[in-house]
Amino acid sequence: MITTDICIIGAGPVGLFSVFEAGLLKMRCHLIDALPQVGGQLSEIYPKKPIYDIPGFPEVKAQELVDNLMEQIRPFNPTFTLGERVERLKQMEDGSFILYTSDATEIHAKVVVIAGGLGCFEPRKPELPQLEKFEKRGVEYMVKDPEKFRNKRIVLAGGGDSALDWTLFLANVAERVTLVHRSESFRGAPDSAEKVVELAKEGKIDLVLNAQLTGLEGEDHLKAITLSTSGQSQRIEADYLIPLFGLSPKLGPIADWNLNIDKNAVEVNTFDYSTNIPGIYAIGDINTYPGKLKLILCGFHEAALMCQSAFKYVYPDQKLSFKYTTVNGVNAF
Amino acid sequence: MVQFSVIDEQGMTHPVEAPADMGLSLMEILKASDYPVLATCGGMALCATCHVEFTEGLERLPEANDAELDMIDTLPNAVNASRLACQIRIGEHLQNAVIRLRGDGN
Repeated sequence: MITTDICIIGAGPVGLFSVFEAGLLKMRCHLIDALPQVGGQLSEIYPKKPIYDIPGFPEVKAQELVDNLMEQIRPFNPTFTLGERVERLKQMEDGSFILYTSDATEIHAKVVVIAGGLGCFEPRKPELPQLEKFEKRGVEYMVKDPEKFRNKRIVLAGGGDSALDWTLFLANVAERVTLVHRSESFRGAPDSAEKVVELAKEGKIDLVLNAQLTGLEGEDHLKAITLSTSGQSQRIEADYLIPLFGLSPKLGPIADWNLNIDKNAVEVNTFDYSTNIPGIYAIGDINTYPGKLKLILCGFHEAALMCQSAFKYVYPDQKLSFKYTTVNGVNAF
Repeated sequence: MVQFSVIDEQGMTHPVEAPADMGLSLMEILKASDYPVLATCGGMALCATCHVEFTEGLERLPEANDAELDMIDTLPNAVNASRLACQIRIGEHLQNAVIRLRGDGN
């Protein structure tokens, strides 16, 4: 088990800067992020976009800001669990916490800081009656093990890159692949789209355009899907339906931790950005309070105040005396 | 000021008035008017929680850019008149438009 003072969920800019503020107060941090790299949405979504509202930087590219933050927190030796999602959290009798990730990593921490930003990106689901009933019984939102689909009848839905790529891949694995798309053309990579259209012409796959999924049939397992093509209804027998409608940010397992939630954000006290559970804080884009602004610089401020308050859980017997870095410098661990 | 109508999830139509000269987006106005628009991504065409359908007035809008079209194309409930409110500036082109909320407001 990993042991630390503060476990930070989310390694975006605000999570990273928390390590610095915690380090000044001699508190050690461990960061967990569902993405395989640090930086959160800055690195994942817009690494090359310039940001103009970081104090002291008239312009800084998103990835540069992340790289600078990593440099800034280096003296405090933070540790990382990347590519894993925190699933569960248990509060111990002494008030400390154990966090369990999707890959069964366990982290023991005195304080938990949720800096989860937009949340976790989860597959966007089509609105179909009985969808939940068929999840894992024929409805899959990602292709983890292509072998599962060998010699099966597969229906994929969507028009983006992943729908096109998996259609091309599964065409060689499955007994039959049908791609259902709502419009007439694809916005995914043009050469993948061309290949898909070619395969359909050769009769190797079925392409159903201008179509919307309308229903699922089956008892214990999916047997068929129904769809409507310009008003006409159609039924396709299938062992699996793979809807690939991209990812949408959701709060994820955090929603089940008995925290006060308002419109997908964690409610906090602006005194110290604490949640309703003592020892758990929420900072950055994932929290909400009257006047909340989703800005990186606001998240930095929240991180600083949070650490002043978290100190009492990490060092219950010590009195905190505030020191400036200009006076004291940065004392590495 | 620009006047347009919003059809909420219950199918009720409400008149909305917004200033055309403040550089606001339709998403910002909807959010400020307390419609259930999460705008999780803050206006970067990433989350589609501000997905709307223009039942009237689509033809007067500037064309959607690639980022917006790519995102709309991934939505299971997209229709031909789908747009992302965060990518639409409040302006005279919205006068008398009728906008149905389609985003995931949970």
